[in-house]
Amino acid sequence: MDIIVCIKQVPDTTEVRINPETNTLIREGVPSIVNPFDENAIEAALQLKDLHGGKVTVVTMGPPQAAEALKTAIAMGADEAVLVSDRAFAGSDTWATSYTLSQAIKKLGKFDLILCGKQAIDGDTAQVGPGIAEWLGLPQVTFASKIEVEGNKCKVERLLEEVNEVVEAPLPVVITVVKQINTPRLPSLKGLMRAKKAEIKTLNAAEINGDPKNMGLNGSPTSVVKIFTPPARGGGEILGGEPAEIVDKLIAKIKDRKII
Amino acid sequence: MLDYLLTEEQIMIRDLARKVSLEKALPKRAEWDETGEFPWEALKAYAAADLCGLYIPEELGGMGQSVFNFCLATEQISRTCGGVGVTFAASALGSTPILLFGSPEQKKKYMPPIAAGKILAAFGLTEASAGSDAAGLETTAIKDGDYYIVNGTKQWITNGGEADTYTVIAMTDKKRGARGASAFIIEKGTPGFTFGKKENKMGIRCSATRELVFQDCKIHKGQLLGKEGLGFIVAMKTLDLTRPGIGAQAVGIAQVALDEALKYSRERIQFGKPIASLQAIQHILADMATQIEAARALVYATARMIDAGATDYTLPASEAKLFASDTAMKVTIDAIQVLGGYGYMKEYPVEKMARDAKITQIYEGTNQIQRNQIGLALIKELAATKK
Repeated sequence: MDIIVCIKQVPDTTEVRINPETNTLIREGVPSIVNPFDENAIEAALQLKDLHGGKVTVVTMGPPQAAEALKTAIAMGADEAVLVSDRAFAGSDTWATSYTLSQAIKKLGKFDLILCGKQAIDGDTAQVGPGIAEWLGLPQVTFASKIEVEGNKCKVERLLEEVNEVVEAPLPVVITVVKQINTPRLPSLKGLMRAKKAEIKTLNAAEINGDPKNMGLNGSPTSVVKIFTPPARGGGEILGGEPAEIVDKLIAKIKDRKII
Repeated sequence: MLDYLLTEEQIMIRDLARKVSLEKALPKRAEWDETGEFPWEALKAYAAADLCGLYIPEELGGMGQSVFNFCLATEQISRTCGGVGVTFAASALGSTPILLFGSPEQKKKYMPPIAAGKILAAFGLTEASAGSDAAGLETTAIKDGDYYIVNGTKQWITNGGEADTYTVIAMTDKKRGARGASAFIIEKGTPGFTFGKKENKMGIRCSATRELVFQDCKIHKGQLLGKEGLGFIVAMKTLDLTRPGIGAQAVGIAQVALDEALKYSRERIQFGKPIASLQAIQHILADMATQIEAARALVYATARMIDAGATDYTLPASEAKLFASDTAMKVTIDAIQVLGGYGYMKEYPVEKMARDAKITQIYEGTNQIQRNQIGLALIKELAATKK
């Protein structure tokens, strides 16, 4: 079973600060990591490989330093890594990113499954996984918390807000995973040594036959009007006392504010 | 920190041991200390990270026989929990006799699963009335055709009950005194081999410390390590080789005490400012840091000397164990002092570090025995130069 995992290198913080003048993320001094949900996708792939055999290939689109993220995946146990990198990709939105990744995937040959994290912790769009499925004309299953593969189809449990949904899909399919699906393994010493020596295959815009209309800043229909940090929410007030007392206090407050 | 000019691979080992420890042992450290639960969860994680075979050659499934690399990992593991650290290191102690004196068949049979971390090893030397004076051993192994019949009780054996492979020193010929001891590999599950109760200890509480009880335990002569009569040499050569590992444990325990004291001293406000800005505190921290670095340098230098192929390293190995463990005891007590009343409370981790540190002055040769060894080696060296 051949699995492709799409990953993204992100800044190591969930409290990304924004430069108010340029409306861009402040990345200085913030170390880079593999997007945590993508680590879950790598782990899911490795577990499926343990069960069914085959090969796990990790793919990322990014600048040359994104190779580090691919090496982390190799240290965990991924077999091969592909860096899709070209100045022409700079400024890509989710449309251009999913197009670029799908073009690269077409170059990688046969596969049974594409796994992605449900979203990246920096952009939080959750669009690239589904976008790849659309560009490749494949079915997609998002927010997977359990994946079972049997023959040429898979059964996936989806973690939705109110319910869990179980769906079946034919292979090949694109699946995005939530963190509840597993606990990503730590790297091993042998894995780290292999990663150090590993050759990262690189694909550029020409090699993936990329159409400039769909790549980079110019190929990105999304334009960011403004990014801002919303004001922090106040602490709120907790009313104490006996239930009857609390109700009285609450009603008094509502009246105070002239809500009723 | 002093730059020890580590190779890329050594940095990998150090950082990986730290990462696994922080993720798998740190969250459970206080609980394991309280309950004494054996830290299998952490050990399995070290095994999965390929850290269990650092002192074992590649052809036996290890990562390349390096006392130095083993010390790097042991230090980082002990820096999270001394109890987990000794459990990790005791497997090396228990399997080193096989590495040093085992036949090719014995090595091939016993080392790969230990290198993979699938099973643990343990070393059985100490008895109730034979501690520092190992010549007082009473456990016997009497030859009976193709077999030996083992009788006796080993005391305070680290990894007892949890390990699968035991190297045990027993008297094959009591009349010959020290020359009448032999070393054996005894497998858990051998009829006549059972375990006493788990000891309730001051520190390193999650490590297993139990009696090994042999009652007419019949083992094949193929379980003998080396030759009959080599038992004490096996024990002494093993302890020489593993002593830097005890030093590394002590350095790890000392380092985390400094880490905690330093962190606290920057958070604790008295007289309107962090106590780290008070010279009285700075001087304590400065002494701690200097002593730890000196201990680490001694341990690392000894390990490198052994890896470089030195044949006689009893002196530096004893010095490294002695100085590092005395340092660990001192700086963990200093750390409690820096934390004041909080340091004395179980809600804070430093009192545990002091309890863990104490054993490093006692086991694998008390520090008094180390001083004897050092003294003896000094006299020998002097005599050698006078020739």
